[in-house]
Amino acid sequence: MHDMSAHAVHHGAPTSFIRKHIFSLDHKVIGKQYYALALVAVVVGMVLSWLMRLHLGFANFAIPGLHLLSKNGAPGDIMTPEYYLQLMTMHGTIMVFFVLTTAPFAAFGNFFLPIQTGAEDMPFPHFNMMSFWVTFTGFLFLVASFFVSDGPTLGGWTQYAPLSAVGAVSGPGQGTGVVLWAFSIAFFCVGQLFGSLNFITTTLDMRCKGMSLMRLPLSAWAWFITSIMGLTAFAVLMPAVILLILDHVAGTSFFVSSNLVINDQVLPHSGGSTLLWQHLFWFFGHPEVYIAIIPGMGIVSHILITNMRRPMLSHRVLIYSMGALAVLSYMVYGHHMFVSGMNPVSSLAFSFPTLVITIPSTIIVLIWLGSLYGSKLRINTASLFGLGFISMFISGGVSGFFLAQPSIDILLHATYFVVGHFHLVMAVAAIFGIFGGTYFWFPKMTGRMMNESLGKLHFWLTFVGAYLIFMPFHYLGIAGNVRRYQAFVDDYLIPLIPVHKFITVAALATGAVQLIFIYNLIYSRFWGAPAPDNPWQGTSLEWSTATPPPHNNFGDKMPVVYHDPYQYSVEGASSDFIMQTSPEPVHSADEEK
Amino acid sequence: MSQADLTMHGHPSAEVMSEPAFSVPAKKMAMWLFIIADTATFAGCLVAYGFVRNATPDWPRPFHSITNVAIMTFVLLTSSLTMLFALHSAQRSEKSGAFRWMMITALLGAVFAILHIREWLGLIGEGVTIFHNPYGTPLFGAVFFSVTGLHLLHVTGGVIALVAVGIRYMGGRYKADDLEVTGLYWHFVDLVWMFVVPLMYLLNMSH
Repeated sequence: MHDMSAHAVHHGAPTSFIRKHIFSLDHKVIGKQYYALALVAVVVGMVLSWLMRLHLGFANFAIPGLHLLSKNGAPGDIMTPEYYLQLMTMHGTIMVFFVLTTAPFAAFGNFFLPIQTGAEDMPFPHFNMMSFWVTFTGFLFLVASFFVSDGPTLGGWTQYAPLSAVGAVSGPGQGTGVVLWAFSIAFFCVGQLFGSLNFITTTLDMRCKGMSLMRLPLSAWAWFITSIMGLTAFAVLMPAVILLILDHVAGTSFFVSSNLVINDQVLPHSGGSTLLWQHLFWFFGHPEVYIAIIPGMGIVSHILITNMRRPMLSHRVLIYSMGALAVLSYMVYGHHMFVSGMNPVSSLAFSFPTLVITIPSTIIVLIWLGSLYGSKLRINTASLFGLGFISMFISGGVSGFFLAQPSIDILLHATYFVVGHFHLVMAVAAIFGIFGGTYFWFPKMTGRMMNESLGKLHFWLTFVGAYLIFMPFHYLGIAGNVRRYQAFVDDYLIPLIPVHKFITVAALATGAVQLIFIYNLIYSRFWGAPAPDNPWQGTSLEWSTATPPPHNNFGDKMPVVYHDPYQYSVEGASSDFIMQTSPEPVHSADEEK
Repeated sequence: MSQADLTMHGHPSAEVMSEPAFSVPAKKMAMWLFIIADTATFAGCLVAYGFVRNATPDWPRPFHSITNVAIMTFVLLTSSLTMLFALHSAQRSEKSGAFRWMMITALLGAVFAILHIREWLGLIGEGVTIFHNPYGTPLFGAVFFSVTGLHLLHVTGGVIALVAVGIRYMGGRYKADDLEVTGLYWHFVDLVWMFVVPLMYLLNMSH
């Protein structure tokens, strides 16, 4: 395409095992590596949640073998209060960074964005390879903190100052654990910066002949918008964690105010501001939740359109709404800090865009529902997870209306209501997007079909299980149950213990259900039925190439695109779908002019 | 779905869009994107500085003279000009001229770094460190060394990049476009300095 970009892309197919499978420059292999990383991370994160739930539901429950993980954290296999917080922190960090960002954005985006744009590869394959390995290093740093003497940090994934900035005096894991955590996040930021650079340049510069921006599928648009957010959000988090590291190892006091007394010790720090950390963190943190959810929106839209056999009510409005979410996500971050001691006027100022951001979200949901209404949706596992995504997003989103208002948030802040809210709207919804994407694209990625019966079983059990876990959280929150408590000993909390027991059982059962998925994934990878090139009769470019795609994605002949991405059920066409690469003319007089 | 699918004569419309919508070479675009991200990084640091500065009632103002920082600024601004000369020569295929101007740019960058480090050493000699200083709140040193240090890191990286790109340009591996991309970065580093000077130095002048 350009002499400058082209030579970077035309790298020959590797022959050695290491170049092919480990230090690969191929965006498809890198995508699979990200997927594998996310899979390992989600298993670790889920096991951590089981341990936490067991401790919460059944006080002083001895978990056999837990002392092997941490002698100090679980003497006699019973979790100490500090160790509960350490596991909670690791659960949050691993899930937010290494699962919800890694899988829908980095994994699927790497594999399918270049294919959907009609590119042979990304413009900077070496950056892409580094992106994965730097991220992987970040994961190793995080996991390593389990094995240092005090264990991982206990500060929560938000790592609020000053406790995160003053060192070991503020609790186990707050010394080395925080430093490892901060380095891990810094590595992650660098990795995402490399990834975002590649995603944006791929989308803008590497599109094949005929592929205008509006002809990109919604999934490609979602990754594109997400990568623009990733470019700026992680670039602010990185200096924040570096300042945190300086506070730790160099004796600065950016985030520690004067005369702070912790554990009966006056700390030598002086001058800093604890609120500064929250500002810097949430300026990243709120875009981050949209970084986690927007790729899911794109993937689910793509899946549902293919299975509805008709496009969304409006391709453009859906894209503009995702763009509006991205822009607004930078203006709402203060709603995490309503009770942090900000000027109340700031709370009002942040409350307004927070309520405004529900408008594009609602438009997106209405477009989904309106498009689904009256369609003959093909029910398969992928489309079921698409519906599940919408369900979770609505259920979790509705509670956002409440939390957006400072007057209500003062009551609900830091209760289980918030935990229920973000788990549904961001975590479980994004996970459903990942599941949907997996069932939908697995044939293209591996050349084999997944088992649909097991997939549907997996969907229904997970769908019901997720609601059984997270709906009661709202009830707990309204009843005043504060989050991050490791035991419920106060008078007003004791009556709530049966609810916690119920949630624990539901979480263990829903977690066990995921074994069906993992079995299906591994079995299908090796023994599944061979997949045809276009198993779902899709129209976008990934379905016009071989399964699995060759090293340069399209073989000898680069694709030429003639149509908008979703030409389904076109009147007068020879079949019910016209692929983007098909030169068949489309006469659609009644489409948007 | 859209009009683009309907062409005047009913033929498919691939030919209409044979040119990519954004004819910016990927490397140049990537540099612009990096600059956007780096702007966010510097903005984060400078906002943090503003935040703690506002929150501190007696923020120290220890600087007496602008001579040194004025010379540094002059050197860095001049290096942006010489970078332009280098690109101008390269675009007219005057290889040795372009190389010479690039090396002059790198030299000016190095002079800037040396002046900066000399200034740092002077401050350290006065007892200013990142966790202590004789003027007041310890945050002064922390902020000063962090922000100027981040910028100095960018200058140092830029000098190395200028030399490396210059050598490869002479060797024929890089073209004028690559010089332009390097120049984008260099001008950005210069531009950041124009924010650092008023915020870090002029605001902290003693009256």
